[in-house]
Amino acid sequence: MSERTRELFNLVAVGLLTAIGFASVYIARSSEVSSESLTYGAFFLALYLAAHLVARMTVPYADPYLLPMTALLTAVGVTIIYRLDPDDAGRQSLWVVIGVGVFALTLFWLRRDYRVLESYKYLFGIASIVLLLLPALPGIGKTVNGARLWVDLGPVQFQPGELAKIFLIVFLAGYLREKREVLAQGRLKDLGPLLVIWGAAMLVLVQTRDLGSALLYFGIFLAMLYVATGRVLYVAGGLVLFFGGAAVVYNAVTHVQERVTIWLHPWTTEPVFCAQTGGEALRQDCGSFQLVKSLYSIANGGFGGTGLGRGTFTTTSGDPIIPYLNTDFVYSALAQELGLIGACGLLLVYMLFVTRGMRISLLAQDGFSKLLAAGLTFGFALQTFIIVGGVLRVIPLTGITLPFVSYGGSSVVANFVLLALLLLVSNRANAVGR
Amino acid sequence: MNRQITRLAVMGLALMIALVVATTYWQTWAAAGLADRQDNAIERVAQFTIRRGEITNRGRVLARNKPRKVGGRTLYFRRYPQGKLTAHIVGYSTAERSRAGLERSLNDYLTASNSNLSTVLDRTLDRLRGGTVTGNDLRLTMNLRAQQAAYDALAGRCGAVVALEVKTGKLLVAASSPSYNPNLVEGKFDLINRIQAPCRPVAALYNRATKGLYAPGSTFKLVTLSAALESGKFTPESTFYDPGYCEVYGKRVNNYDTTSPFGRVNLVQGLQYSINSVFCNIGKALGAKAIVAQSKKFGFYELPPLETPADERAPSGLYKGGHLFDPKQNFEVDPGRYAFGQERNLVTPIQMAMVAAGLANDGVVMEPYVVDRIVAPNGRIVRLTRPHELRRAVSSDTAAKVRDMMIRVVQGGTGTAAQVSGLTVGGKTGTAETGIRGSNTVWFVCFAGPEGGEPEVAVAVVVEQQNSTGGETAAPIAQDVLQALLPSGANS
Repeated sequence: MSERTRELFNLVAVGLLTAIGFASVYIARSSEVSSESLTYGAFFLALYLAAHLVARMTVPYADPYLLPMTALLTAVGVTIIYRLDPDDAGRQSLWVVIGVGVFALTLFWLRRDYRVLESYKYLFGIASIVLLLLPALPGIGKTVNGARLWVDLGPVQFQPGELAKIFLIVFLAGYLREKREVLAQGRLKDLGPLLVIWGAAMLVLVQTRDLGSALLYFGIFLAMLYVATGRVLYVAGGLVLFFGGAAVVYNAVTHVQERVTIWLHPWTTEPVFCAQTGGEALRQDCGSFQLVKSLYSIANGGFGGTGLGRGTFTTTSGDPIIPYLNTDFVYSALAQELGLIGACGLLLVYMLFVTRGMRISLLAQDGFSKLLAAGLTFGFALQTFIIVGGVLRVIPLTGITLPFVSYGGSSVVANFVLLALLLLVSNRANAVGR
Repeated sequence: MNRQITRLAVMGLALMIALVVATTYWQTWAAAGLADRQDNAIERVAQFTIRRGEITNRGRVLARNKPRKVGGRTLYFRRYPQGKLTAHIVGYSTAERSRAGLERSLNDYLTASNSNLSTVLDRTLDRLRGGTVTGNDLRLTMNLRAQQAAYDALAGRCGAVVALEVKTGKLLVAASSPSYNPNLVEGKFDLINRIQAPCRPVAALYNRATKGLYAPGSTFKLVTLSAALESGKFTPESTFYDPGYCEVYGKRVNNYDTTSPFGRVNLVQGLQYSINSVFCNIGKALGAKAIVAQSKKFGFYELPPLETPADERAPSGLYKGGHLFDPKQNFEVDPGRYAFGQERNLVTPIQMAMVAAGLANDGVVMEPYVVDRIVAPNGRIVRLTRPHELRRAVSSDTAAKVRDMMIRVVQGGTGTAAQVSGLTVGGKTGTAETGIRGSNTVWFVCFAGPEGGEPEVAVAVVVEQQNSTGGETAAPIAQDVLQALLPSGANS
């Protein structure tokens, strides 16, 4: 069976699963939800069949599991968003359509040889820094939930950081491929550019006031540096520099300080100062109430979950209990309704995605391809870890998206570009010798 | 580079596994702890998707559900048709202020989340079918007519009335005044805070019947008397000389009325007229520890058994600095004052009802209970309460002697106001001074049964901050309650 035929069968299975998911939401909430929801399964199947046809034309030998897994993740995302707010699900579906469109464009554009990207590496590097600094510009930058991650251009709002992440990986893959031998020798003067990148990460941290984004970009950088040079010392040194810098920022930026305090001590028995109201309150009623409510939501799911559409997200008067439920906290909504089984199933899909991505990197023939695939995959894994780990109180909570699942256009589109690039690398690696 | 990529892959997978571990932690180990947290809004709302079991008492509904659609789901809110009548026992279940009373302590049964095997099966089937989980019903033992009579007789004064069935320990009456309307807890709580009553603090939510700690006054003489007869050192015929006071540690402690000393009296008269000096001398003869030991046999120094939450009950006994105080040596407590109901002795109304019930039940104290049975939605009985002996407090012989003496109190002593025609009533009055003039805690503790028959019920009445005596104020309340409890006796 060829790769693409395997992919087709997997997509049909995902289409069925999507239909079942929407049907269960419909059954549980028939008074709220129209029967149109039942067409979502067919709609998703049609959409991904189109994506499949594009893949058949452009990347016939590429990995057959990545596209179905992406389909599954977006379907899970749209299903839970639909359950929380049908209107948002409509918009999210539109973003998935646009994402598939961008996916197709990327594949068509780079179908001959994606390695042309390497020649434009500095362009990508500069573009990623510009994108990262956009939210800091007065007038168009926008602060949401304490972090400056958004650009607001009137009708269009987006998080440039999502695209910047991919541009950064492309730049690093090209740059490190070129400099890896020199860097591996470990001469001091070659470390200059690395310190520049470290400085940039710190700048991002100060500008966005978001520990998560900084950790993500710097983590990707260290991972790719390690793959390129094989020097653990760089990673160790980089981590020391990062956390040293983060400690300085921690003392200077109160928002970061607060995030860490919330992480360490979400519950207090005595009222403490509450920055939001200016008065005194228990921390679980003030700064950490999102995190605490989200943990309650996860705990409420228990082993089997409440079932899709049967979870509790509103008070008895119908007000939402957890803010940002379909973006930052989408995992806690899923964990409540699908339970431990469902949440671990979801994590398993991410794990498989990471495994397939790393396999592509291993099979790739040239340094640029290897670095690109490894960087994209590790970025994907690290982003998942940072947001889910934040929700689970493993690390301080920061507002980034869960790839393919969270509500948000920039994230969906950027991750479809990531998928297209991985498929292109995979196609080239597998095509050799056929 | 492949070696590095493999290591990076392991690193990426390790991150994902950390997430699996963390999710497992929160959804299994930590879940129960989080569910119990007071600020867990999710758990509080989720409980409302369950159709809670009804609480009924002999066919009358005390707590039922009122379904309402919120956000596409049916939530079951509680209504309490009897309002104030059984508020303290039934309690409330709300989203805003959590739960109290049986609604709290038996929440697991009411929401069908107890671990009873068949309930688990029903609940799982309900869930799988996508249906609503239905809780188990509670059937209570109370006598609502007598409960109403108790509130009517208290007439807004602060205090409590408890009545027990002596053979079984069934709770028949548990009135705590002032009461509150549990239907107002959700949304109109400020109205409950504004309840007025002739006492400070008003504390309408507080169950005075099981948690109110009061100085027992002369009702404690029943315990001293039991200890005296059990010791073998005294009989009902033992004689005493009453000079109108008693001397303890060189200080005079006066009788209630010092102007007319009784002179030479026996123990029967000592109880009949509640003569402090008589019991003061018994206390000095027995020592404090013997009386403490006797009180423990009646259930002092432990939480009075009942199905309501533990923190809505309080143990009776000597208190020191807000804590129970169990004297190791006789000299730590003034035995004379302790024996007739002074010292730092504090009791709950339900405990005094248990004393009377134990004496009425030939010396055996039965464990009080208010939930007769718990019934599954399909009618099957999940839990049936069988009467359970707490312990024997006194010998059958002592119990009979004390009963006779108590009957004398009502026939021609301080408790004549509790007489009910057709019933044999035995009781003991109590008037505890609080240190503020005209602000006495007044008591009446009694048992009753049909004339010539065995005692059937025990009643304890306490009224706070009264400018009167137990015989004047508390005994008539007990009379009303007895008439409601045993109407056949009253009519004959």
